Amino acid sequence: MTDSKKMFREDLILFNMEAKDNKDAIEQLANKLLSKGIVKESFVEAIKAREDNYPTGLPTETIGVAIPHTDAIHVNEGALAIGLLKEPVAFQMMGMPEETVNVSVIFMMALNEAHGHLEMLQKLMGIFQEKELLIKINEAKTPEEIAEVLSDVI
Amino acid sequence: MAKILVACGTGICTSTMAVDRLKKELNARGKGNNITIVQCKVAEIPSKVNDVDLIVCTTQVSGNISKPVVSGLPFLTGVGVDKVIDEVIEKLGL
Repeated sequence: MTDSKKMFREDLILFNMEAKDNKDAIEQLANKLLSKGIVKESFVEAIKAREDNYPTGLPTETIGVAIPHTDAIHVNEGALAIGLLKEPVAFQMMGMPEETVNVSVIFMMALNEAHGHLEMLQKLMGIFQEKELLIKINEAKTPEEIAEVLSDVI
Repeated sequence: MAKILVACGTGICTSTMAVDRLKKELNARGKGNNITIVQCKVAEIPSKVNDVDLIVCTTQVSGNISKPVVSGLPFLTGVGVDKVIDEVIEKLGL
């Protein structure tokens, strides 16, 4: 099994997420990772603080996405959590905090190696650049549907 | 030998994505030789800036940076990659 396949887990997907803002959404996903023992308790606050300092909202050609993540010291094992929001929430744009992006899908990365996970990151970038894939993920209703979309790329 | 510093908030995530795409695009233009790419956290830029010729950053940089800085966002979203590569090549005089 490749590194990126190990990182993707169907039990780390949240559907129909209702979040009052981006912090709420990040907290829900981070708590999911915490409940599975994938991250340390410090991860939840660390990833929220990092989003303030270095926002991760990214506009793509279709929907807005966000890729919150934080330092490896808060992480036990590498994993990817995916959150599909019922209604988009505003994130500040990466590199341009004065701009906001309405985010529909959150890809939260728990990265535990300083320079590892290149493969996973490449795959994610590929997904962001394929309109159809991103739309399919956004419209998925079950973990299996997402797994099917990702199985071709991850 | 031109040296490019690629930075992001943690030095492990979006900078890794950007390094990978930057290498690919520079190779595709036949400019991949004689270029060294190093990666760091944005907070480490001041301590490394003197050793490099150009900075590619996926996040905002504060303070006065004595070397040219280009946005690394196109390497993540795929939007505007050609333009930013033009900019890198021009600023490094490749």
